[in-house]
Amino acid sequence: MQAIDRKLLRDFKRLWIQAVAIALVLACGVAIMLTSVGMYNALSETRAAYYERNRFADVFAITTRAPRSLLPEIAHIDGVLGIEARISGEAILDIPGRNRTAVGHILSYPETADPVLNVPLLVSGRFPDPLSSGEAVVNAPFANANVLTEGDSFSANLRGRKRELTIVGTVLSPEFIYTIGPGAMMPDNSAFGVIWMPERAAAAAYDMTGAFNNISLSLAAGAQTPPVIDALDTLLEPFGGLGAYDRTTHQSDAFLDAEINQLKGMAAILPPIFFGISAFLVSMVMGRIISLERSEIGLLKAIGYSNTEICLHYLMLAGLIAVVGVGVGWLAGTWLARDTAAQYAEFFNFPYVIFRVSYWVYAASGLAGLLTTSLGAAHAALKAAKLAPAIAMQPPAPPRFKRSIIDEAMARMQLAQSTVMIFRSLLRWPLRSFLTSLGLAFAVASVIAATFINDALDEIVDLAFYQTNRQDAMLLFASDVPETAVEDVRHLPGVLQAESQQFHAAILRHGHLSKRAAVESRRPGNDLSRVLDAEGRLLDVPPGGLVLSERLAGHLEVQAGDSIEVEFLSGRRETFLLPVTALVELHFGLGAYMDFETMNAMFRQAPRVSTVNVTLDESQTEALHAAIKKTPRITGIVEMNENRRSFQDTIEQNIVVMNTIYIGIAVLITVGVTYNAARIQLSERARELASLRILGFGRGEVSYILMGEMMLIALIAQPFGWLIGAWIAQLMTNAFSSDLYAIPLVLKPATFTVASLVVLTAAFVSVMIVRRRLDGLDLVAVMKTRE
Amino acid sequence: MADVIFRTQGITKVYDTGEVQVFALAGVDLELYKGELTVLLGPSGSGKSTLLNILGGLDHATDGRVWFEDTELTDLPDRGLTKYRRDHVGFVFQFYNLVPSLTARENVQLVTDVAPDPMPAEEALALVGLGKRMDHFPSEMSGGEQQRVAIARAIAKRPQILLCDEPTGALDSTTGVQVLEVLRDINERFGTTTVVITHNAEIQRMAHRVIFFQDGKISEVRTNETRLSPSEIVW
Ligand SMILES: Nc1ncnc2c1ncn2[C@@H]1O[C@H](COP(=O)(O)OP(=O)(O)OP(=O)(O)O)[C@@H](O)[C@H]1O
Ligand SMILES: [Mg+2]
Repeated sequence: MQAIDRKLLRDFKRLWIQAVAIALVLACGVAIMLTSVGMYNALSETRAAYYERNRFADVFAITTRAPRSLLPEIAHIDGVLGIEARISGEAILDIPGRNRTAVGHILSYPETADPVLNVPLLVSGRFPDPLSSGEAVVNAPFANANVLTEGDSFSANLRGRKRELTIVGTVLSPEFIYTIGPGAMMPDNSAFGVIWMPERAAAAAYDMTGAFNNISLSLAAGAQTPPVIDALDTLLEPFGGLGAYDRTTHQSDAFLDAEINQLKGMAAILPPIFFGISAFLVSMVMGRIISLERSEIGLLKAIGYSNTEICLHYLMLAGLIAVVGVGVGWLAGTWLARDTAAQYAEFFNFPYVIFRVSYWVYAASGLAGLLTTSLGAAHAALKAAKLAPAIAMQPPAPPRFKRSIIDEAMARMQLAQSTVMIFRSLLRWPLRSFLTSLGLAFAVASVIAATFINDALDEIVDLAFYQTNRQDAMLLFASDVPETAVEDVRHLPGVLQAESQQFHAAILRHGHLSKRAAVESRRPGNDLSRVLDAEGRLLDVPPGGLVLSERLAGHLEVQAGDSIEVEFLSGRRETFLLPVTALVELHFGLGAYMDFETMNAMFRQAPRVSTVNVTLDESQTEALHAAIKKTPRITGIVEMNENRRSFQDTIEQNIVVMNTIYIGIAVLITVGVTYNAARIQLSERARELASLRILGFGRGEVSYILMGEMMLIALIAQPFGWLIGAWIAQLMTNAFSSDLYAIPLVLKPATFTVASLVVLTAAFVSVMIVRRRLDGLDLVAVMKTRE
Repeated sequence: MADVIFRTQGITKVYDTGEVQVFALAGVDLELYKGELTVLLGPSGSGKSTLLNILGGLDHATDGRVWFEDTELTDLPDRGLTKYRRDHVGFVFQFYNLVPSLTARENVQLVTDVAPDPMPAEEALALVGLGKRMDHFPSEMSGGEQQRVAIARAIAKRPQILLCDEPTGALDSTTGVQVLEVLRDINERFGTTTVVITHNAEIQRMAHRVIFFQDGKISEVRTNETRLSPSEIVW
């Protein structure tokens, strides 16, 4: 090994705490980049491969009942490549050994040929015999959750007829990567299953012989989706078409997409922050090293080392930091990615696991880390290269202090001399003080960005579960039923309160903007499912107009007072121009509401019911489920209590992990910044501080000068940190919001307090560690050193 | 000693400090001969270090020309000067300038790693009488010992020229004498052209020639008929 490389290693060893502090910050950036970019890739590629192999459709539509003779016409729509016409329906399932009901989504499996689109992938067993009436395959997660295997039977209530179905195989489908039951907020594989029955049997059960009610299309490469949707809507309209939609509205795909977008948002926001901070730390430390080693640089040049060699020498020191940081980052990132992949495996049903971070992401994150540190070191290294040897050998000129207005002010305030020193040193390198402060501000921001989510989710849970959706369960009907159904529900065992709800699929239009949504018609005074206004007050939908959720209004760019066009897809498919009377804040879904009477008058029909919300006597749950299994019209039950519980459990788990990680990150940044800054201060001012000691200043007084400055910088950082934190929180709520849910921006004083406490404590501890060095300062040795 | 190794022609060095221009060198014409040991004497600020730095390729002259053998140094770009220093020049400075994180041996290796035809670091250290302290760090050595390491480092590349800027400036007389003895020994043994800057007028008595500096100019050049050995010099 060359002597100059040995110097490199010894320098690194001497600086190792500082180096490691920087390396860990860098490691955070690398790990997060590895996880977010890696998972983003893995997820989108796995999805793409799955969709491709199993031919996931591009356009979907539901009708009441359309004749199969319509299919050739649909096939002629410009751009349509493949068609899959199926029969679909919902059914209450009665699974042996399970007291509660489960909800089944029934799909027909073609009789003569294999499915063209949305091809289910056989996991075990075989597909059903086309001629059998009792054979079925189910989605594998449902089978697993209910411990069902081939040969097991369960019964399904198909339009009032109880059918005994025998499982002959289990499958996975690209339509159900994210499998969630109707009305549910969290997936529950034991309570919701997808069941494929032979077409003949399904047709018989749903009275659909020669007809279909569920159609999927695939499009030719390059074909435009909107014209196809329009053409399909026109063809299906006479048959009760509920409006065709593309993948973005497909539930499973939309959830996947939301997750993928979150990863993208994470990849875009976080790694650059960490890389930026580590670049700053590297530049600060390297700058100091270069000025300390001035004469050594001069010497190396005198001996005959070239500028390039010297530049490289210092870049390599930064390179070593990068190597450690990237190494640790890769390890942590691999672990984090594995953990994330495990979570995805739980939430998403993919047939194969390609959740492996590809090598190029390792390479890219490593390169990013290396580039960052090199960039940080570049300025210092170039300065070293440029240093004229003859000048380098001379001691540097003493720093210039100028008297400024601030000095006058300080003089007038009669501050203690040590306090004056603190302020002066702070102002002598304003850029450095500012950047140090900025680094700490990011630490504060990181805590805020993580912990505000607690309050945001609390608010979501409170609003969604306790303020607006207060029912214990929702009962779903196959199709809209007369209002008398509510009376029937009231008589079910254990039902205490029952209120009806009705939903109408519609397309809302405003100018060139349009959005599909379900418009709910509400009775005034409904107490179980409520609508709250922006101030959280109970809102009765005023007659004659529409109330929209803020996100829906945002999509359409409408304000209260504007009028929008509403095309109802059910019934007579009428279009109305309706005023928007109010906006409400909602966290799940895109809500639109109308007054019950107004709606009935508009439709010229007797009131009908889509769902009934109930409160329950918990002791009678079993009896209720037993009764529901026998009630033909009820096709589903959503148990809100279960939803609440699993939602909160999931959130709590994630939040603990997330908070720990982010607070850890904040502490790392703080220690990295403060420790390095204090060490640099110490090395720059050792002589000055030692002289003070010799003049008779006590240890406490001398360390006050050093620590006071660092803590002052930390204090100055707080308000900036709050601002940046609020800004990042804002970015995150935007990045994480989709049609499916929104995260509110809830910023409580406690969040800011906690963030500041974490960072100030970490800063104080780092400064105390440096203080121990200061206390151990060898006065004689310091004064003897040149410079 | 007719072979000229260095020749300068009217070199000046001007420092522009904003308000005033400082003429560190105000026209220096000089010839140095191969194998010669020259002492530069003169008051503080008279331009001695400036001249040495220019001869050693550490600094550029503002005006004038400098030749090393047949090469004109004043023509060379930075890269050329670096190669020139690497191949031909050994430096010794007043404040030793050892790399504190490297041992004596490694400090010498710093040079032997890049020089074209170096002697082993151990041999160089043995030449300055430090064969036994090769693995000590600078902080574990006295000033005289550190300066001898610096000399070993300078001679390890077998330089044609050895430029010493106040090599004994920080040393007491006994250690100073040891260092001077090493310099003379090297000069005699290898015929290395040696230039020594000093404030100590006594040291001139060991030189072949003495050059006096005053206000950036040579005020006098004196040739010693008889030279003293360092041990005979007292200060
Ligand atoms: N970087 C610089 N900027 C401005 N002036 C300089 C610079 N370096 C040297 N000088 C000036 O040039 C003149 C000559 O300096 P030089 O170092 O050559 O003197 P010297 O003879 O070596 O003195 P000493 O015996 O004190 O080392 C001095 O007046 C000095 O102030
Ligand atoms: Mg000098």
